[in-house]
Amino acid sequence: MGSVYRARDMHFPNVTKLVAVKEMINTAPDPLVRETIVQNFEREANLLATLHHPAIPRIYDYFTMESRSYLVLEFILGKDIEAVVTETSSFLPESQVLNWAIELCDVLDYLHKHKPDPIIFRDMKPSNVMINHNGDVILVDFGIAKTFQTGIKGTMIGTEGYSPPEQYRGEATPSADIYALGATLHHVLTRRDPRLEPPFSFLERPIRRINPEVSSEMEEVVNRALEYNPEDRFPTASDMKQALTQVARKTGAPIAARPTTGPVNTGGIKPLWSFKCEDEIRGAPAIFQGVLYVGSYDNNLYALNAADGKFQWKYPTDGGVVTRPVVFDGNVFFGSQDKRLHVVSARTGKVVWTYYTDGPIHSSPRIAEGHVFFGSDDNYLHAVNLNSGRMAWRFETADAVHSTPFVIRDLVYVGCESGDYYAVDFRGDLKWRFHAKRAITASTVGTEQALYFSSLDSTLYALDPRNGWVLWRFRLGKPSISTPCLVEELVFVGASDGIIYAVESRTSKEAWRFKTDHQVNGSPVVFKDSLYCGSVDGNLYCLEYRTGRLRWKFNTGGAITGTPLVHDDIVYVGSTDHQIYALLA
Amino acid sequence: MDKFLRWLSANRRPSASAQDVANTAPLSEQQIQAIVNNQNPHFDLQQLISASGQSVGKQRELNEDSLLAITMTAAGNSGNLPFGLYIVADGMGGHQFGEVASSAAIRTVAGYVMRKFHPYLFHIKPETIDESFQEIMQNAVNEAQRAIQREAPGSGTTLTAALVIGQQITFAHVGDSRAYFIYPDGRTEPITRDHSLVKRLEELGHITADEAVNYPHKNVLYRALGQGEVLEPDIFTVGFPQPGYLMICSDGLWGVLTEQDLVRSINESSSLQRACQNLVNAANAAGGPDNISVILAQLIG
Repeated sequence: MGSVYRARDMHFPNVTKLVAVKEMINTAPDPLVRETIVQNFEREANLLATLHHPAIPRIYDYFTMESRSYLVLEFILGKDIEAVVTETSSFLPESQVLNWAIELCDVLDYLHKHKPDPIIFRDMKPSNVMINHNGDVILVDFGIAKTFQTGIKGTMIGTEGYSPPEQYRGEATPSADIYALGATLHHVLTRRDPRLEPPFSFLERPIRRINPEVSSEMEEVVNRALEYNPEDRFPTASDMKQALTQVARKTGAPIAARPTTGPVNTGGIKPLWSFKCEDEIRGAPAIFQGVLYVGSYDNNLYALNAADGKFQWKYPTDGGVVTRPVVFDGNVFFGSQDKRLHVVSARTGKVVWTYYTDGPIHSSPRIAEGHVFFGSDDNYLHAVNLNSGRMAWRFETADAVHSTPFVIRDLVYVGCESGDYYAVDFRGDLKWRFHAKRAITASTVGTEQALYFSSLDSTLYALDPRNGWVLWRFRLGKPSISTPCLVEELVFVGASDGIIYAVESRTSKEAWRFKTDHQVNGSPVVFKDSLYCGSVDGNLYCLEYRTGRLRWKFNTGGAITGTPLVHDDIVYVGSTDHQIYALLA
Repeated sequence: MDKFLRWLSANRRPSASAQDVANTAPLSEQQIQAIVNNQNPHFDLQQLISASGQSVGKQRELNEDSLLAITMTAAGNSGNLPFGLYIVADGMGGHQFGEVASSAAIRTVAGYVMRKFHPYLFHIKPETIDESFQEIMQNAVNEAQRAIQREAPGSGTTLTAALVIGQQITFAHVGDSRAYFIYPDGRTEPITRDHSLVKRLEELGHITADEAVNYPHKNVLYRALGQGEVLEPDIFTVGFPQPGYLMICSDGLWGVLTEQDLVRSINESSSLQRACQNLVNAANAAGGPDNISVILAQLIG
């Protein structure tokens, strides 16, 4: 609705006197609306003209020309606090924020003591506070309506997110400005924008939990300013200023280093057992009747006693095994880079049948409706009859299929390395296709409402299973080959930016994120109220799944790229240090 | 058949013994109507139907609510694809020109969405859509926000918009108009969350649900289209209730009717159009303190 220009005052031609010219364009087509806008504008001008304070810009002139109104103000060389916060990547030092806070209390005190009537600023927020070249604060934008219109259906005046509860009710008191100052300080100290949060939820985001560098004294002052009931806040701005000065005195000495995280168990976790293969384990294990099955790059599928890790048998193939085995009807199904799908007896490890494709197999088998579905680097999705071991059909894809097919209702869903994604019916006929910008290596999880998968195009997708329309997309920091995990209303997924994301499945909003020290290529799993996920940094992380808070982590000797398996309170995870570990969940 | 029935009743009526054993009574007119109503239309192809109703209410002189309902069903290679766009916007009366805001909101959002999905209607060359449903709704709302700030600065409106594609509904919601799912068994499920002060106070536990009903500042919103620099609409996708109804309405309806009233008005109606009429009548009968807008949609077949 308005712009601010930097201009030179030509009344003083011999010197360069810079002024700010605030322009308001009256775009309202209706004459009554236009008139109100001009009135608001002139009210701001008249109000400013009566004020004299170093933190309030001086006014030189105002005028209206046709549909434009102009206010000529003192030019302030500097930036507003919102810009300062956005442009820095870390928290601002407390001492700096403290100085601003004290100066802001000072100018609020001046306004509140204005005669004959106190002036309520009503719009305290980071973008309305400029920091000039000397580092001092200047309050800008007195342009908002100064009287709350209690209409039939009123809306807030003031800035949502920063305004106190009573301001929405139409009460504007000095106490409201104190609350908004508290909100501003909270935003600056935590870097959490309250306009993106529900109103009055500051105390649900304790400052020191987000930014442990802030002193408890400072937090206390901000919290008091943010009290729900006006009578619980500081009675006046000068009282708040006094409290802030106290904080400055107390924390003036270098702040003692404090621990930045709570009690986190990092060293104490001991595996129940571990088992060493001859090469890396990059895939996920499966469990059936007390036996753990896992493939390794040493070409073998291993069967281990899940309770103690004791070796039962191994079955050699002619290529690395990175697929997750599936146990069905007493047999273990798994693909190998030797181009074959192997089916062996779960009890003895003896071969039952094998099935040849024309390329290495990286896609794990999925069993449904009497068939096993899997993809191969031969650019086909294969459907093989479980009884006969023969091909029922194969469906040609645009590129190698590394992802695991997903089956729900009567369709098979699979993504491939070209970024194409297919929905195929049980006869092998294409129902619909979708194209991502880059490879879809991760597998799909989903419900009848939505399919979720990530792509190397750095996106987590939610698609309508019936027709492939994109319901929503969630932007990841980097490409992902991590298969999502779906629990209640949350979708969890890792990405190569090292972050584990939790995204709400209805709204596609981020619930939390957790940063590991390297790529997250495996898939997270949830067991009870914990989420388990490995990272290429070598750690298996255990997080509280609703909040993303770290419970413990366990370091293996190599990158973890597979998905952990949790069964009967035991987590099993393979690592590129050639070992598979069993840990108490 | 008719003849047979007449024959049957003609033969039975005189027989006293038959009346003694039979513990039945003739169905009342209402019961028959209910049975008729429950025989929902059925087609072999799934399709979307809708109806709407509006009233200025009993106490206002001006209508500031705007409403839009577009319903179509297009054939596609993955079956019949229902498409619907339903919007209710309630302009804010305390502000200048709520009706300007609500109609700008409807026009802009619908224009944006329709251009995306049905470019032929606008003589635009069709392009593949590379935005998700949620992104389309978000962008449409952003455009409406700019339009209102341009056309009627200072005014505001609620907006509850439902984009139905296939069996999914993607909502964009700001303010205190509401969307409900209403099931044939009488359950109602509020789908949106009011961005009103009173609702927020209730959520925070500062007032009870009972106190909320009589709260003096019931109409104060903390989020509205046209207001604020950063607008954060609620955008989410849910499945269409099957069987059931999607209802979108302004507070002129939900503010005066209980959820039981809603269910009753709908269940007692022979058609969606009749149901909308009944809902509007019921709100007016309850005093009609505000403008009333309602849209009902149903997936049948």
